[in-house]
Amino acid sequence: MYSFEPNEEQQMLMDAVGKYAANDLRPAAHDAEEGHEFPMRLVSKGWELGLLQASVPEMYGGFGDRSAVTGVLAVEEMAFGDLAGALSVLTPSLFATSVLLAGSEEQKKEYLPKIVEGAWAPYTAALIEYSFDFDPNELKTTAKAQGGGYVLSGEKVFVPFAKDAEALIVYANLDGVTQGFIVKKEAQGLSVSTEREKLMGLNALPMYRVKLENVTASRLGGASGHDFGLILASMHLASAAAALGVARSSFEYAKSYAKEREAFGVKIAQKQAIAFMLAEMATELEAIRLLTWEAAWQLDNGKEEALTSAYLAFTGACDMAMMVTDRGVQIYGGHGYIRENPVELLMRNGRGFPMLLGLAIV
Amino acid sequence: MTIEFEAPKPIVQMQVMLKTVAENMMRSTSREMDENEHAIPWDYVEFMHTAMRSMGGGGGLTINDDKPKEGAEKRPPIGYQKLASQIEMLSWGDVGYYLITPGGGLGAAAVAAAGSPEQKAKFLERFNGDKPTYAAMCMTEPGAGSDTSAIRARAVLDEKTNEWVINGEKIFVTGGDKSFTEYEKLGKGFIVVWASIDPSAGRSGMRAFVVEAGTPGVKITKLEHKLGIRASDTASISLVDARVPFENVLGKPTVEKTTTGFKGAMATFDATRPLVAASGIGVARAALEFLKEKLQESGIEIRYRLPRNKLTSIEKDVIDMEIQLRSAWLLTLKAVWMADNKKSNALESSMSKVRAGDVTTKITQKAVEILGPIGYSREFLLEKWFRDAKITDIYEGTGQINRLVVARQILGYTGAELR
Ligand SMILES: Cc1cc2nc3c(=O)[nH]c(=O)nc-3n(C[C@H](O)[C@H](O)[C@H](O)COP(=O)(O)OP(=O)(O)OC[C@H]3O[C@@H](n4cnc5c(N)ncnc54)[C@H](O)[C@@H]3O)c2cc1C
Repeated sequence: MYSFEPNEEQQMLMDAVGKYAANDLRPAAHDAEEGHEFPMRLVSKGWELGLLQASVPEMYGGFGDRSAVTGVLAVEEMAFGDLAGALSVLTPSLFATSVLLAGSEEQKKEYLPKIVEGAWAPYTAALIEYSFDFDPNELKTTAKAQGGGYVLSGEKVFVPFAKDAEALIVYANLDGVTQGFIVKKEAQGLSVSTEREKLMGLNALPMYRVKLENVTASRLGGASGHDFGLILASMHLASAAAALGVARSSFEYAKSYAKEREAFGVKIAQKQAIAFMLAEMATELEAIRLLTWEAAWQLDNGKEEALTSAYLAFTGACDMAMMVTDRGVQIYGGHGYIRENPVELLMRNGRGFPMLLGLAIV
Repeated sequence: MTIEFEAPKPIVQMQVMLKTVAENMMRSTSREMDENEHAIPWDYVEFMHTAMRSMGGGGGLTINDDKPKEGAEKRPPIGYQKLASQIEMLSWGDVGYYLITPGGGLGAAAVAAAGSPEQKAKFLERFNGDKPTYAAMCMTEPGAGSDTSAIRARAVLDEKTNEWVINGEKIFVTGGDKSFTEYEKLGKGFIVVWASIDPSAGRSGMRAFVVEAGTPGVKITKLEHKLGIRASDTASISLVDARVPFENVLGKPTVEKTTTGFKGAMATFDATRPLVAASGIGVARAALEFLKEKLQESGIEIRYRLPRNKLTSIEKDVIDMEIQLRSAWLLTLKAVWMADNKKSNALESSMSKVRAGDVTTKITQKAVEILGPIGYSREFLLEKWFRDAKITDIYEGTGQINRLVVARQILGYTGAELR
C-alpha cells in the first residue's frame, strides 16, 4: 500500500518535538548564534524528549526500536526550531546510533546503556575532512591493523562537542573502505583543538578539529567490521530531514511576513511575484519531504535501492534548503538581510547541508 | 494510518500488462502517428476497449470504485492510485495514444464530480458498452482560457419544450471529434459544455451541460495542428441553437448567490490535475530512461552516491533529473491517495501539477540538450517526447494558474485577494 500519514505514535512524538522546537528552540536561536552558545538547560530539555532513547531496544537501556521513518519525522520537527539546538540535542546519537547499527554485541553493551540511561553527555563522531571534494567513501584519515587492534592517523573537522567528549567514533579509510572506530577520550595521540571552528553558521554548536596520530581504536563491529553504507544512508536521511526543518522554518516566517507587510496598497503576499515564490517553496518542501520519507521507508524495510534513494533525497534536500532559505530572505527584502530577523540565520544554515553531512544520523 | 511506499499488488500487475501494450502497440507506431496528425489508430482503440473491459474496470480509463468482493478482507480504496499509475505507464508508451484511449476522459469526470446519482447512471454506463466510447469537456473559448469567468457560451431554458438552448464557441477540446462525431466503430459519446444560465451572476451562473454526440446545431469546425500529442484530436466546436433536454444540466438548474455551479468544475480539476501530472511524468520517465540508455551505450554509467563535487556535469544533470522525477511522482501519488481516502486535496492536486509541469519540461528539454544531434534527430522519439511534454504545463490549468491555487491555499486567500 501507499500511505502518507504518520501513525499515531509518530504523530504524538512529532507534536511533542514540535512544541519544544517552537517554544524552546526558536526563541533561543538568535541569541545562541550571536553569543556562540546554546543554553545547556535547553539541550537537556530536548534530550528528555527521548528521541534516541526511543530508538534503542530495551536490552540496551532504551524503550523502543529504531525506525528511520520516525527518525526523519522527528529531526525535521526539531530542526524547525533551530539547527544548532537540534544538532546539540542529537549529538550523542552520532555515537549511539552508529553503535546500534554497526557495533558488536560487546560494544552495544558497553556503550548504549550508559548513554541512553543517563543525562545528555557528549558522545560524538568525526567524519568530515577539510577539502572541497570530501568523499565519505574515500577518506584521507587512515586506519591500519596493528597487533590485534587498529591505529588511526589523520585530521577531522567540524566535530561537535569533541573537547568534552567521553568517546567518539572516528571514520577512517581501512584498505579503501570506510569504517567507524571507537576512540576513547584518553587515547594517546588524540588531540582536540583548543579553538572552536568558526563557520558561516551554526555558531551555537561547539565544534572542534581533531587530530589523530597513531591513535589506538577499536573497530565498530569488531574484527569483521560493518557496512558503512547503512550508516551513510542514515546520515543522508538525517541531513535531508534537518534541511526540511530549516527550510520550513524560513518558509513559515516568510509566509507570515508576506501577509503582514504592505507595499503599493496591498499585502505583498497578494502580489504574484511573492505568492508564486511561496507556492514554489511549499511545493519544493513537500516534494523533498516525500522523497525523504520514501528513502527512510526503504531503509526500514531493507530495500536494495534504499542507499541510492537516501543519497538522492539528501542531494535534493541540499538544493531545496538553499532555494527556500534564499527566498525567505528575498521575501523580507532589506529586512531579511538584518540579523535581527530569523530568515537571515536560516539562509546561512540553509547553505550548510552539503558540507555538514555527518553531523546528524537517524 | 502509516507511512508506506509499497506499490499495491493490483497496480504492479496492471503495470506489467500495460508496459507490454506500451512497447508493442504504442512505441512501434509512435512516429507514424506523430507524422499523420488526426489519423485514428483503430487497432489500438479497439484493442484497449476490449482489454480494459475484460479487466473488469469498465470500458476504458475510468475510475472504478474498486469494491472488494463480498467476504473478502477490507482494504483501502486505490481506484485513483491505480488510474494514475495506468496513465503514467500509458504515457510512458506514448502520451498521444494515451489521450485517445477509449473512455469518459474529462467529460465523464465532470459528470462524476457534478452529476446526480441518476445522471451518473444515465451518462456513464455507456463506457461499458460493446464499442469504444468517448466523452470530452468543453470549457475553453477563444476569449476565455485561464479566466474561465469570461466564458460567453449561453444556455437558455425554453420552457415550452423544457429544453436548454445553447449558443457558443468552444476551442481546444481534447477528444472532441471522437466524442461528438458519430463514427461507425464507436459508441455514442457526449461532450460536456460549460455555459452560463445567468451572465449577471458571474461564476455562480455557470453550469455544465451534457450534449450528446450528433446533436443538431453543434459542429466540429476545426482540428488543431499541434507541437506535440498529435495523435490526440483537439477540436473547435460551435454551438448554434443546440437543444439539450432539461435533465442534462449538471448541478442545480437555478442560480443562487453561492458559487455552487462553478464548484463542480473545480472539483473536477482536483480530481484530474494529478492525472495530468501522472501523464507528464510518464513522458519524462521515457525521456530519462532513453537518455540513460544512450549514455550507457557510450560507456557512461551514472556514479550514484558520489559527492556532487566529484561528478561530471552530465552525471549531475541526470541525478537532478532523477530527483525531480521521483519527487514529482510521489507528490502525484499523494494527491490521488488523498482522493481515494476522501481527503480534500485541492492543494496537493495543484502542487503535483505545478511540479509535474516544471519537471517534465525540464527533463525532456535537458535530455535533448545532453544527447545533442541524437536528441534533436527525428530518428529517435526523444524529440517527440520533448514536444509532447510541454502540454503538461498548459492544460488543466497552466503552471501559473496552479501556482495561484497553491498560493491561495497556503495563504488562506480567496480569488479576489490574490488574482
Ligand atoms: C492540446 C490542448 C488540449 C486542451 N484540452 C482542453 C479540453 O479538453 N477542454 C478544455 O476546456 N480546454 C482544453 N485546453 C485549453 C487549456 O486548458 C487552455 O489553453 C489553458 O487553460 C490556458 O488558456 P489560454 O490558452 O487561453 O491561455 P491564457 O489564459 O490566455 O494564458 C496566457 C498566459 O497567461 C498566463 N495567465 C493567465 N492568467 C493569469 C493569472 N491570473 N496570473 C498569472 N498568469 C496568468 C497563463 O499562465 C499563460 O502563461 C486544451 C489546450 C490545449 C493546448
